[in-house]
Amino acid sequence: MRLIILEDADAVAEWAARFVLQRITEFAPGPGRRFVMGLPTGGTPLGMYRRLIDFHRQGRISFKYVTTFNMDEYVGLPREHPESYHYYMWNEFFKHIDIDPAQAHVLNGNAPDLVAECQRFEDLIKEAGGPGSSLVSRTRIKTLAYDTLEANKRFFGNDISKVPAKALTVGVGTVMDAKEVMILITGAHKALALAKAVEEGVNHMWTVSAFQQHPQAVLVCDDDATLELRVKTVKYFKALSDEHQRMIEQVSVEHQRVVH
Amino acid sequence: MKSKSGLTRFHNCYILRNSQIIKEDLWIRDGVIIDPEEIFYEEQVGADVTVRCDDVIIAPGFIDIQINGGWGVDFSYDQENVKGGIQKVAKALLAHGVTSFCPTMVTSDKEKYKKILPQIIKTQGNKEGATILGVHLEGPFISLAKKGAHTEELIRNPDKGLDTIEEMYGSLDNTIIVTLAPELPGALSAIKSLSNMGIKVALGHTSASLAQSEEGVKNGANLITHLFNAMLPFHHRDPGLVGLLTSTTEKQIYYGIISDGIHTHPAALRIACRTNREGLILVSDAFAAMGLQDGSYRIGPQHVTVENGRAFITGTKTLCGSTSALDECVKIFKEATDCSLEYALEAASLHPAKALGIDYKKGKLNFGYDADFVLLHAKSLDVKSTWIAGECVYQSS
Repeated sequence: MRLIILEDADAVAEWAARFVLQRITEFAPGPGRRFVMGLPTGGTPLGMYRRLIDFHRQGRISFKYVTTFNMDEYVGLPREHPESYHYYMWNEFFKHIDIDPAQAHVLNGNAPDLVAECQRFEDLIKEAGGPGSSLVSRTRIKTLAYDTLEANKRFFGNDISKVPAKALTVGVGTVMDAKEVMILITGAHKALALAKAVEEGVNHMWTVSAFQQHPQAVLVCDDDATLELRVKTVKYFKALSDEHQRMIEQVSVEHQRVVH
Repeated sequence: MKSKSGLTRFHNCYILRNSQIIKEDLWIRDGVIIDPEEIFYEEQVGADVTVRCDDVIIAPGFIDIQINGGWGVDFSYDQENVKGGIQKVAKALLAHGVTSFCPTMVTSDKEKYKKILPQIIKTQGNKEGATILGVHLEGPFISLAKKGAHTEELIRNPDKGLDTIEEMYGSLDNTIIVTLAPELPGALSAIKSLSNMGIKVALGHTSASLAQSEEGVKNGANLITHLFNAMLPFHHRDPGLVGLLTSTTEKQIYYGIISDGIHTHPAALRIACRTNREGLILVSDAFAAMGLQDGSYRIGPQHVTVENGRAFITGTKTLCGSTSALDECVKIFKEATDCSLEYALEAASLHPAKALGIDYKKGKLNFGYDADFVLLHAKSLDVKSTWIAGECVYQSS
């Protein structure tokens, strides 16, 4: 796993967007040749989406032959609810780009049969990316932890009873099947998570740590998020920054595999 | 998935939605405004046509509830070719962003009503002209003392309420607004009956006190015709009809106001919009001379002389109709009151729609609303194109 430490959240957004731009450009998607990617929601990736929209407006990137899969959706929240991830994806990304609506997949948290919906999603992913070796968890219904409900209630009029208690979410095993994984971590409040992800062993309490075993995972963070890391760890990865820069330049992915 | 025709996206524009001008695309299909998110996720299709709209503001189409004519046509007088005249004005209005209007007849004799009124039929707009919402009948049930440009000999009292009114006008099927003076004998009963029939009653050309005006509102009136004009001036012991703007009536009162730069002083416009913000409706009160040169015209039986765009009853100093269309009124109003552009545009669209009770389908760019709108140049506010029910009905050259 590579760790890329940048100055601030803006730099992380810029780097992540350029990484996506580089990957899609090199892949050169077209009819019968689709680039497939998973998409996150929430505050952290917002900046990346905005930069990608800029690139699209500048004519540097097209999503016409890109297939996307979103990572999660609340159960039982109306699609048009401003906290739903359908709403988020439409307003923050999809409506600004040229993606084919039939190729932008978001889990349906209002499906009559949620188990079948998860399976449908898994099948779609498999179909888009070929069969993968199954690791642990797959797309499933997840009951949200109490502290998650607490944290989310500010988006629901501070009424915890209004926060959906369940969500559909793509499992770590599903994401592990991806050829490449990019994880964005910004802000001091994520510092502990980053330390657990990088400096300790694979641990189910800190799911991001699973990507230590992924052959092509890159973690992009800002300085604030490194507060709980050892100085040694930070210095090691910062010393590699020139190498990391090549990842978003016109260097083929094959060549990049030697970078660590 | 069932395929439907004509999914059109107006791209890269600013639109007026929820009283704010926001950067947002506007999507329409089958004559109505639609929710693109629903189309994206459920139908999973893209737009059939994308219209690029750089530097454009899209506003709901203008609704003019008081217009006596234009381009040489006088709705109250020309009885030979009523339909031709209406059509001429309806078409010409498209260039001014007007998508719906209420042809207005001033005080006329019974014969005129009989000949003209049945021929002005409520009509859905299209390329041939703006939607006709219904006729606005202004007079003859008005106050002699506040006749303005109306003919004195033709003014009547609605003594027997609705009976007198129907006796004068004939069928009211084509009528949407009646302007009358509430202090006249029989007026309150008439207001009640008309309101019950679904016709909006506007108070105007009146010497009514505030108490009499409030009685009018209690009986169903919800409009004031061309505020400040043809009514008592504001008096602090009896504010008269103008006082309705701040009276504590249960429902919202709406008032038409002429902001052609001539009929109403900018300070008066500001007084109005600051005391009753939601009720302000821009009206053109335009007449035959609109769109033409200075010269001699008529409003109903009266001769009118236009000099430098100002219209007077010939040989007098009595101001009568204006020569400015609603798009011009929006610009003048914004300039005069320094209000937000959102407010100026809503005063010519949402507010009249509310006054007529049609704000569930007109006056907004919300999902499900009629696709009646106007594309304005973002800076000059000049009309670039006008659309009715999703069809482009006017395009500036």
